[in-house]
Parts: sequence; C-alpha cells; structure tokens
Amino acid sequence: MLFLAETVISGLMAGVMYALVALGFVLIFKASGIFNFAQGVMCLFAALALFDFISPGGFMDRWFGFYLPIWLGVIATMGVMIILAWMIERFVLRFLVNQDAIILFMATIGLAYFLEGAGDIMFGSDVKPLDIGIPQGAVDFLLDDYGLYIEKLEIVAAVTATVLVIVLAIFFQKTRVGRALRAVADDHQAALSVGISLHSIWVVVWSVAGIVALVAGIMWGSKSGVQFSLSLIALKALPVLILGGFTSVPGAIIGGLIIGVGEKLAEVYVGPFVGGAIENWFAYVLALVFLVFRPQGLFGEKIIERV
Amino acid sequence: MNFKKLATFAAAAIIATPLFATGAKAYELVVPSLDYRTGPYAPSGIPYANGFADYLTLLNEKGGIEGVKVKLVPCETGYNTKVGVECYEKVKDEAPSRSLVVHPLSTGITYQLIPKASSDQIPIHSMGYGRTSAVNGAVFPWVFNFPATYWDGAAVFVKYIGEKSGGMDKLKGKKIALVYHNSAYGKEPIRTLESMGAKYGFNVMLLPVDHPGQEQKATWLQVRREKPDWVLMWGWGVMNQVAIKEAASIRFPMDRFIGIWWSGSEQDVLPAGDDAHGYLSGAFTAPGDGFPLHAEIKKVVYGANKGAGEADRVGEVGYNRGIIAGVYFEEAVRTAMKIHKTKEVTPAMVRDGYESLNLTEARLNEIGLPNFAQPVQISCDNHAGPRKVAIQRWDAKAKKFDIISKWYDTDREITDALIAEDSAAYAKENNITPKCM
Repeated sequence: MLFLAETVISGLMAGVMYALVALGFVLIFKASGIFNFAQGVMCLFAALALFDFISPGGFMDRWFGFYLPIWLGVIATMGVMIILAWMIERFVLRFLVNQDAIILFMATIGLAYFLEGAGDIMFGSDVKPLDIGIPQGAVDFLLDDYGLYIEKLEIVAAVTATVLVIVLAIFFQKTRVGRALRAVADDHQAALSVGISLHSIWVVVWSVAGIVALVAGIMWGSKSGVQFSLSLIALKALPVLILGGFTSVPGAIIGGLIIGVGEKLAEVYVGPFVGGAIENWFAYVLALVFLVFRPQGLFGEKIIERV
Repeated sequence: MNFKKLATFAAAAIIATPLFATGAKAYELVVPSLDYRTGPYAPSGIPYANGFADYLTLLNEKGGIEGVKVKLVPCETGYNTKVGVECYEKVKDEAPSRSLVVHPLSTGITYQLIPKASSDQIPIHSMGYGRTSAVNGAVFPWVFNFPATYWDGAAVFVKYIGEKSGGMDKLKGKKIALVYHNSAYGKEPIRTLESMGAKYGFNVMLLPVDHPGQEQKATWLQVRREKPDWVLMWGWGVMNQVAIKEAASIRFPMDRFIGIWWSGSEQDVLPAGDDAHGYLSGAFTAPGDGFPLHAEIKKVVYGANKGAGEADRVGEVGYNRGIIAGVYFEEAVRTAMKIHKTKEVTPAMVRDGYESLNLTEARLNEIGLPNFAQPVQISCDNHAGPRKVAIQRWDAKAKKFDIISKWYDTDREITDALIAEDSAAYAKENNITPKCM
C-alpha cells in the first residue's frame, strides 16, 4: 500500500514537471492560436542563458570579469526571454498575420531549429550542472521515519507550479493586458478593429511563455543538468495538452497530473508483464482515450463551426 | 615568339599540368570521423571526437604514418542512425585512398553498416560497441570490435560482483538489475547476463528506459521495491545523468552501481555532484592526462593552436578513448604497410593490418601510453582482442575517475558459446560461408 502511495505521489510530482512545460504551450495557443513547437527549445535556451549568467567562464565573466548572483541571473534571463519574444514577433510573426495556423506552426519548427543551433554556438553542448539552491534528493524524515520516498525538487516544482497558475489566472482574468490577450485569441481581426495592437500582444504573450519556459528549464535543468535533450521534454507535454486542452491553464495542470500518475502506475504495475518501457507511449494512449470522449480535451473550448 | 610557337607552348603546358599536379599531390590516408558534436548526445560525442582528431593531428605534425599524412574527414551524425548511414555513403570513396576504416560510433549505425561496408570492402572498427558476435572474423571479416565487447563487459561485472560477494558461489540467490537504454545497444548484455544467471544462480531484473531517459522515476521506484543487490547500467546521454541522480535519491549505494564504459564519463557523473561519489563503471582505457602522450599533445598540438577542443579537457575519459582509437588506426595502417610493402595502402590492405595487429605494451610505452590500455593481438578468430575490462570509480571531490581493480578476463565459457551461436545464425541468415581471408 505504501508503495502504491509512493507511485501515485511520484506520478503527481512528475505530472507537475510536465505541466510546467505544457503551460508555455497553452499560453501561446490561447493568445494567438499558434502551436509553438519551439516551447521545449525555449526551456533549454532559457536554462542555458541562466547557467551562463551565473557561472564562472560564462558571458558575464568573459566580458566583465564577474558573474551574477543567482537572483540577478534569473532577472537577466527573463530580460533575454523578453528580448527573444520581441525578436520573434519582429522577424517571424509580423509577416505571418492572418496566415493559416499550419504556416505559423511551421514557422515555430524553424524557430526551434534556429534556437537550438544558436544555443549550441553560444553556450556549447556540454552538460551544465545547474545548482541554484533547490534542494535535491529524498525528503529525509519521510524516508527515514515513514519509508515514504518523495523528492524535494519535485515538491519545490509543485509549489512553483501552483504559484505560477495563480499568477497566470490573475493576469488573464483581472488585467487589461490579459483581457486583450483573450480577445486576440478569439479573433485577430476583431481585436484589431477595437484598437488592440496585435504586435504588442504577441510580444507580451511570448515573453510570458518565455518566463514560464525559464521556470520549467530551471526545474528540469536542476533535475538532470542543462543539456540539449531538454528540448525533447516538449514530447512529454504533448499528451498533457491533448488531455487537458490546448487553451486551458488549469487543464495543463490537471492533464499533467493525470498523465503523470497514469504513466507511472502503468510502468510499475503493467510494464513488467509486457517488457517494460511503456510509460512514454502509454501517456499518448491515455490522452487518445480521453479524446474519444472529449475531443476538445478536459478543459478545452468546444469549437462549433457552422457550415 | 610567333603565334605557332606560343600555341605549341600553351598546349604543352595544358597537357603537362595534370601530370605535375598528380605528381605533386602526395598520397594521404583517409579516415572519416562519424562524430556527433550537436544534439542530445553531443556531451558524450565531443570528447571522443576531439581525442581522435588531436591524435591524428599529432601524427601529422610528426610527419604522418611512415611519412604519409592522415586526412581526417569529419561528418556530423548527431548520433542518428539514418544520418550516420548517409555520412558513410558520403565519405566512403573519399580520395585518394577511400576510407581506410570507419568508426560508426553508434551500435545502431554499426548494425546498418555491417552489410554495406562488407560489400564495399571497407573495414569497420566498432571499438567496444556494435555487434558483439563480430568477434568471429570468419563470419565478419570486415568488422573489428576490440578491445572488448558488451558481453565481456557484462561478464566482467558479474565476476567483479562475485569477487566482492566472496566468491562466484555466493552469487546464488542474489538479484542483479539491468537498467538499460531501450535500443539495440542497451539490449546487448541481456543474453550474457541471463546465461550467467543460469550458471551462477542469480536473478536478473530487466528495467528498460526509453530514449532519451529524462524521466526515470518509475524505473527507480521498481528498484526501490525489488531491492536488487547490484544495479548494472547500459545507458547513454542524459539517461546516465538522470539514473545516477535517481539512484542517489533513493539512496542506492553507489559502490553497487556499475555502468558500462559508455555510462562512465565525467559528463555522466558531474550533474549528480557529491551524490555520485563512489559510482563505478567499466573501462578499457585509463582515465586522466598524466601520460607522456598527453603532455606531447598539449605541447605539439595545442601549443600550435591546432587542438580540436580545449587543452584543459585533454585526458577526459571520452577523450582518451578517442586517442586509443587513433593509436589502433595508426598501428593497423603500419601493419598493413609492412604486410603489403607499400605506403599507399587501400581499405582492403588496412583490413589485413587490423587482422594482424599486435600492439604490445612496449609499443604503447614508446607511444607514450604506459599502462594505459591492454596490449592487443588480433586474429581471424578473435576480432575483439584482449577482451579485458577494469573497474573505475568516480571521486566526486577530486572530480576524476580512478581505476580501482585489476583487469578482469571475460567469461569465455559463456561468451564464446554465445558468439559462436550468434555468428552462425548471422552466417546462415546471410548465406555466408565462414572462412578466414
């Protein structure tokens, strides 16, 4: 029974980690209808930039002879992600207003390759052990006194994700910019006709997604070191999005939790009978089963188009 | 000079130019480097590629092999099998010598290239990876996998565990888990472990991890539940780093966790910090930069600003493997030159060089690598050479690996039988009549 509890808790925690990545996808899709294929690479890019700012031998150290404290490094990286958002809008999206969703999607594929290559050239391919003070390892008293294994890093990730969702919910529901974002998401041209600047809105939403990518990059980078396989964590977010819906922030969280628990239970209890390594594809199977009953995902908006 | 003389002179010059050009263009020994400096596996690929390139640069700085310069032709595979095969097709006929040997640097690429390279008559050296039964040169005349195979690695790890347990008879009833990359590479040791389990009475627990291995919580929860006595790992890239961190998190003792040599580089253990202290892995070369050859590379190659990487990374585990691959290539070419009495060797001649290779400890000393690797003697019935493996241990404080064991022989009773069976099946499947060339 204790082991089952451990598996479920580990699944929930892993689900939170997936949800952190999925959130970035949701933000951009919600506000602009673009499925951002580059979200995983943005997590990687943000983590690489942060590591470079706060490490000896990094950009600051090479150019100015000192490196930044962690808090300042995080702020500087947020700045980098905002500049990146501006550049994406200025040099990519601006030319694609009112194009089909597939065109915008393909542009983000190009963006992913560009960012990955740029990251490689600027920061190198080595594994970078990211240590910003997030506690690692099992929670000692739970393991020693109750035999329950929960990782400290994942608890931090869960708390961070909760705070992030609350902040994003307030941002979308209570601020003028948030309402404008939702208006743009509903209809580009209608939003333009009431004076909302599409260009500014896109910069804002890509900036927010960049900052969410930084949070996800920090968590995953602390877990496995910052390295180029981080860009592949986008694959973990896809079933979460299918299940939770592409336009729902709470959906990303709930979807993450369901996927996390589902894949862990499947791997631990079913895996040994079918040769193991089933959690990756099981997540997609689970998401597809949900799709049969709710094609728009658990919390996605039901799109009805009249012919 | 009238027009007729001028025209005659010009025509003579045009006709003579290619002759002079051909004469001036010296023969070169082409060796491709199917490396991967980009993508998720780049941290493991870069040190090897740098070691290989630096050693060949050193050779050229010293005049080449018997006076013939080496031409290194890099091709980026990204550790992708399809791209690796494309790279092979691109470089195989590179002038002037054609590719004298191919190092696929991936078990997946090796499997794809075995029939192609055999048909193109280009030798493959899959050093410590690839198809294990290529040990049998009568079935795989163009494939070499010395100095050790995955099956040797598995056999040696079991021997080491037996020794630590107080004797092989003490293995009875023990549980050994294998955490492996769910690919051709990761599955290689399974049969050996199962055969040894049957022989010595231990249980094997199989735990596959899908590419890339960023999330392994379920795997390590199973380790926690089943409580194996030892964990072996056939991992690659991020899978290694995550596995070591997860093992530390569940407090699995690092001195009972052994990775194959591709799970035993600095890049694999550094992200886990102090928690990785005591982690073990197999090795077929010594770690570190304390050998005379490293000093020579730093002076001659990096001193002339011709280094492939950074001087302070000379001597990393992956780098040293690149060096030894370069040494093996050099010695195979020298041997081929002696056998065929020509300096303009072809891939077929270099195959003969590999098959007659005899790299002694005295020669390793001369090269500047005393006690760096095991001497190698290759023959038709043994393309894997010494098949000896040592155990190295990570010192997290000093941030370096140290060899902590003797060099163990493989378990020939188990592995030779499996090699004979697997190579015979391959021969039958491909209508090959086994014979030595």
